[in-house]
Amino acid sequence: MKPGSLFSRKAGLGLLAAVLIVGFGWVVARSGPLSPIRVTSLRVEAGALSPAIFGIGTVEARRSYLIGPTAAGRVRAVHADVGERVRAGQVLAEIDPVDLDERLRSSEAAHTRATSAVAAAEALRKDALARRQLAELNARRYRDLGGRSFVSTSAVEGKQQELDSAAATLEASEANLQGARQELRRLQADQDGLLQQKRNLHLLAPRDGLVISRDAEPGSTVVAGQAVLRVVEPESLWVKARLDQGRSRGLAVGQAAEIVLRSHASTPLAGKVARIEPLSDSVTEERIAMVSFERIPDGLGVGEMTEVTINTGSAQPGLVVPNAAIKPMAQGAGVWKLTEGKPRLTPVKLGNTSLDGAVLVVAGLAAGDEVVVHSERELAEGAQVKVVSQLVGAPR
Amino acid sequence: MISLAGRDILHSWPRFVLTGVGLGLLIGVTLTMAGVYRGMVDDARALLNNSGADIWVVQQDTQGPYAESSSIHDDAYRSLRVLPGVARAASVTYLTMQVRRGDIDVRAMVVGFEPGQPGEPGYLVAGRQITRSHYEAVADVKTGFQLGDTLRIRRHDYRVVGLTRRMVSSGGDPMVFIPLKDAQEAQFLKDNDAILGERARTAANPALNRPGVPGLLEALQASQTANRNVNAVLVQVAPGADTASVAGEIRRWKHLQAYTRPQMEEILVSKLIATSARQIGMFLVILAIVSAAIVAFIIYTMTLGKIREIAVLKLIGTRNRTIAGMILQQAMGLGLIGFMVGKTAATVWAPFFPKYVLLEPGDAARGLLVVMVICALASTLAIRVALRVDPATAIGG
Repeated sequence: MKPGSLFSRKAGLGLLAAVLIVGFGWVVARSGPLSPIRVTSLRVEAGALSPAIFGIGTVEARRSYLIGPTAAGRVRAVHADVGERVRAGQVLAEIDPVDLDERLRSSEAAHTRATSAVAAAEALRKDALARRQLAELNARRYRDLGGRSFVSTSAVEGKQQELDSAAATLEASEANLQGARQELRRLQADQDGLLQQKRNLHLLAPRDGLVISRDAEPGSTVVAGQAVLRVVEPESLWVKARLDQGRSRGLAVGQAAEIVLRSHASTPLAGKVARIEPLSDSVTEERIAMVSFERIPDGLGVGEMTEVTINTGSAQPGLVVPNAAIKPMAQGAGVWKLTEGKPRLTPVKLGNTSLDGAVLVVAGLAAGDEVVVHSERELAEGAQVKVVSQLVGAPR
Repeated sequence: MISLAGRDILHSWPRFVLTGVGLGLLIGVTLTMAGVYRGMVDDARALLNNSGADIWVVQQDTQGPYAESSSIHDDAYRSLRVLPGVARAASVTYLTMQVRRGDIDVRAMVVGFEPGQPGEPGYLVAGRQITRSHYEAVADVKTGFQLGDTLRIRRHDYRVVGLTRRMVSSGGDPMVFIPLKDAQEAQFLKDNDAILGERARTAANPALNRPGVPGLLEALQASQTANRNVNAVLVQVAPGADTASVAGEIRRWKHLQAYTRPQMEEILVSKLIATSARQIGMFLVILAIVSAAIVAFIIYTMTLGKIREIAVLKLIGTRNRTIAGMILQQAMGLGLIGFMVGKTAATVWAPFFPKYVLLEPGDAARGLLVVMVICALASTLAIRVALRVDPATAIGG
């Protein structure tokens, strides 16, 4: 064996051993408990943050009308259909009057009869009046004759009694006349009432609007208050937005909003908060805000789902960190602050958040502090970390 | 002093190295199999870690939410939060489903959580946490989603705003985190055809569609599509509070089942993944025995191949101890090379496995010990043969 070949063999083997040891060393260092946790970090800087709230809602009409009868009845005709524009006062539907016309006729006959009764009562009164006048004359005459003793006292008293009786008859006939007139008024009122009821069977449009549903067809029976048609005012469409209570801080009337309709997901529409409902939904834990459109888009449908973003204030200055850096703890929020290359969990107090994930830090950090944003494993106090520019994807 | 073993290795080093590498790959497979087993157990633990909970509150008499299905009302967390010792409580839903990514779909566990509460992913590798109460998602990198991607669950599109790592279900499916309200809808909302069918069935029922009661049918139909259930409530206990006693309080007074961390781990590890873990364990045992046998045979045959040289050594008066030492050293060297190659190979190919493979340093150390013991035992067989060799074989026959 030549020493040269021995040497080369030794060198080759050594090289192989070196490669193996380096590879093994790399394996041990890269995996397992000895390897550092790769993290990305960020220096906390003063910045500004525009708080905003996001919610979903449905398009609703601010003013919508349920058109229905005030008493139970059968629908005779429906004159408007879904999608039609109607004017205020237009007859939209009619309810079958059933026996109302006959009752009206009967009432009319009763009225005529009452009119005759009044005439008869008036004639009776006239007759009574004439009788009283005659009795009065007779009585006066007999009193004179009696005073001069031409007739007996009993005859005078008889005439006086006749006068009293005639006066009473007149009173009775007057009362009778009054009664007949009242009866006439009552029947007139009855008749008016029936006419009113008949008019009420015509369901009229209260305002100019759009028919959105036709809930009963001719022939069907509806109860009092049940809708035959539903009408909305298209000019009053707005969005009923539901916002998470936990994030609804700063919500106020008049704030600018962005409305994205599900049918036009790429074109946000401008709007503003028109009303904040004082009553929250306690079951879903949502606040409800009404957001009106700056300009109502054409062809907007009631009930369409929307996404609403409300800007709840102007930019607020302060220390800003991304929310990926925030670690929620049982005691409150914390961040992993890098001090001399070691992570330390530091409690912080947080302010507003923006929708792009920035959080305002009120207390606990100072400008220039380095905090861990992303990490490939759960961090522990004082763990070994290696700061890299990014953890996944191609380097920027 | 000249190392006899070293000289012998130098003499036929390609053969030695190749044997070592082959042995190493075999050891690598065994280590990987152990890693697969550890990975399964670790997936189960990761699920518990990631939820960040101390107590899991689920439907009474169930072992949910992972091992069994559980359904409780989503306002249950309110009555839990006021219990003494409870720091935070939040509802969560879990649903394993196919999530659409473009044209293909990915198997994922969809987790509905409340932002900032237990159940939220504890750390991100990219992007940010969810800020909107609807239609945003944080996905595990294993799902293949990237920041800004759109994923579809039921009828809604969600935008991926953050990525996590090692957020998996007990079955190893990567997780997708979406806001709780969306997840409730995804879990309980039927498809449109089913809803229409349900409406028609309700309307056809004369008891529910009564002409004299307008609005009854609408109210019924609205209540049919709304569902206010969740799968579990995750509870974090206040610092200093006793987890077991808080769980006991919940079980006793709230009429819900509550599991502490060790109990949940017991359910997951010894019930949920028990069969598949035993399957892998069985395979691991067989593989380990086969590997040990092969290592022993390789060393034995390697020695047999050198029988003539050993005879020469004996002939020139080499002591038995020296010869035994040579064989032992070679066997140990082979074992060491094999182990290093195996460990390296296992580490290199582990990330390419579809499910998580956890190579624990403890397992590696145990593996090294076992390899060395097997090599030593196998070399004793070879040494016995070598020492029995008749020096005459060197010359004649």
